[in-house]
Amino acid sequence: MKISREDVLKVAALANLELSDSEVDTYRGHLDDILTYIDKLNELDTSGVEPLTQVVAASTDDSTLRDDVIVRADIITEVLQGAPDPEAPYFRVPKVIEK
Amino acid sequence: MSAQSAWTIPEVRTALEARKISARELVMDFYARIAERNSELNIFLALSPERAYAQADKIDAAIAAGDALPVMAGVPVAVKDVISTRGIPTTCGSRILEGYRPAYDATAVTLMERAGAIVLGKTNCDEFAMGSSNENSAYGPVRNPVAPDHVPGGSSGGSAAAVAANLAVASLGTDTGGSIRQPGSFCGVPALNPSYGRVSRYGLIAYASSLDRIGPFAHTVRDAATVMSVIAGRDARDATSASVPVPDYVAGLKRPLHGLRIGIPEDYFGEGIDPEVRKKIEAGIAVLERLGCRRVSIRMPNTNYAIATYYIVATAEASSNLARYDGVRYGPRVPGSTLIEMYQKTRGHGFGAEVKRRIVLGTYVLSAGYYDAYYIKGQKVRALIARDFQEAFEKVDAIVTPTSPVPAFRLGERTANPLQMYLADIYTVTGSLAGVPGISVPCGKSSSGLPIGLQIYGPAFGEDRVLQMAHAFEQAGGPEL
Repeated sequence: MKISREDVLKVAALANLELSDSEVDTYRGHLDDILTYIDKLNELDTSGVEPLTQVVAASTDDSTLRDDVIVRADIITEVLQGAPDPEAPYFRVPKVIEK
Repeated sequence: MSAQSAWTIPEVRTALEARKISARELVMDFYARIAERNSELNIFLALSPERAYAQADKIDAAIAAGDALPVMAGVPVAVKDVISTRGIPTTCGSRILEGYRPAYDATAVTLMERAGAIVLGKTNCDEFAMGSSNENSAYGPVRNPVAPDHVPGGSSGGSAAAVAANLAVASLGTDTGGSIRQPGSFCGVPALNPSYGRVSRYGLIAYASSLDRIGPFAHTVRDAATVMSVIAGRDARDATSASVPVPDYVAGLKRPLHGLRIGIPEDYFGEGIDPEVRKKIEAGIAVLERLGCRRVSIRMPNTNYAIATYYIVATAEASSNLARYDGVRYGPRVPGSTLIEMYQKTRGHGFGAEVKRRIVLGTYVLSAGYYDAYYIKGQKVRALIARDFQEAFEKVDAIVTPTSPVPAFRLGERTANPLQMYLADIYTVTGSLAGVPGISVPCGKSSSGLPIGLQIYGPAFGEDRVLQMAHAFEQAGGPEL
């Protein structure tokens, strides 16, 4: 067994994800299958291979960064309209600081 | 206009210029057909009639004034629901974005509208583009227009089905591990996944940032080339978009294929491929040979490791990208007594099963103690897979494979076993990891009438070549094999 119930619960906590008991059991089984399958990568000798984080074409190396200038978007109203608990111009969240 | 007519981009133009139909009438015609079919096929999640008619009226005014028309003038299009559209609901097929209306448009949408296209609405997809069957949408699966008891493929199933059912002339999808090409194959329409960096992703809601791309579905390869000519290019708002010049894709279609070397990877024709798919792909390769291509047998020795690599890289990136859905800025919130509890409940309630599974896997492979064993190992193997492609393109001009080892399967047939579903992505994830362009072009049908797709890979930024080959293949009768 690659992954235990406790591992799933620990990872779910890291990801701020509430899972029901039956979800924990189901995902534990699926993840066990997937991680066992992923073990096949160990058949490959990758010593000396540089990790590839992103495919960037050689021809794209010119200045990909633009100047950092402030551009007014004027969309505060639109953005707040979609928020679950807005109080213009803020998003409100449950209390985080105890007195 | 007959209800079944499948419009191509040149046909729309000809009809508009000859005043046989107005852009407004054309839009009405499409909405009428959508109203007729959508309850059965579940392709559109949201329609945008106000915006569509406003754009149609602009086109009609330009025609009346005798102005020159842009290349997609009056062309009704559909947009996958992971691509932002200002003021139009954009849910990513997820409950966690229910009711969300972006405050801005994706660059690809802006460019299409600037070229005269008319956005009809947003298409259904697997939640956050995670899936191969469209069955992971929180809003129910799309049905395959060719065989409604079958899946349309995924994750861009709605965009593929919209074109296949003649509910849009062209559409935009996104591809992370095959999500444009595989539904194109299942629904029998040409579908292009451009090179990584070819099309701006500004406004694309991220799944796996080192893999995500935007590309077109259309009735013909020529139409896909036209859409590409509109959406390709550098965008200052997307630092990963490339400054590589954009060739004239449509003009390039006419070039003959004579002398092109096509690589056939032995490693792609092993176990797991449906015999009917194998037979049609062999027949498709024969068509390319008759057109003057030279067949070269090649090896891509790391193919067998691509699925494992993909599910490390993609889920790791997803777990990070999806951290932003926390019930603060958009979507519904489930209350909790503390901030953390609110996050946990909102995410637990808002995400569907496949998204949760991938967040848990991605968080696991990134977590302390496993990072090197999984995430770094995955990135190293990714380098080997990319090298397979680089070495192949030293010997050949293009690589030809099946798009999917199987034709469309029945709804519900494969949902019980996620790993089995993942394994069927084998021919598309390789190119996703390597960043190269790939097109799926219809290549006959199975004995039960299900479409089969032939995939053509080109080197990075070789869209012109894969389009040219797919066009010649289509003209030579490939789709009717």
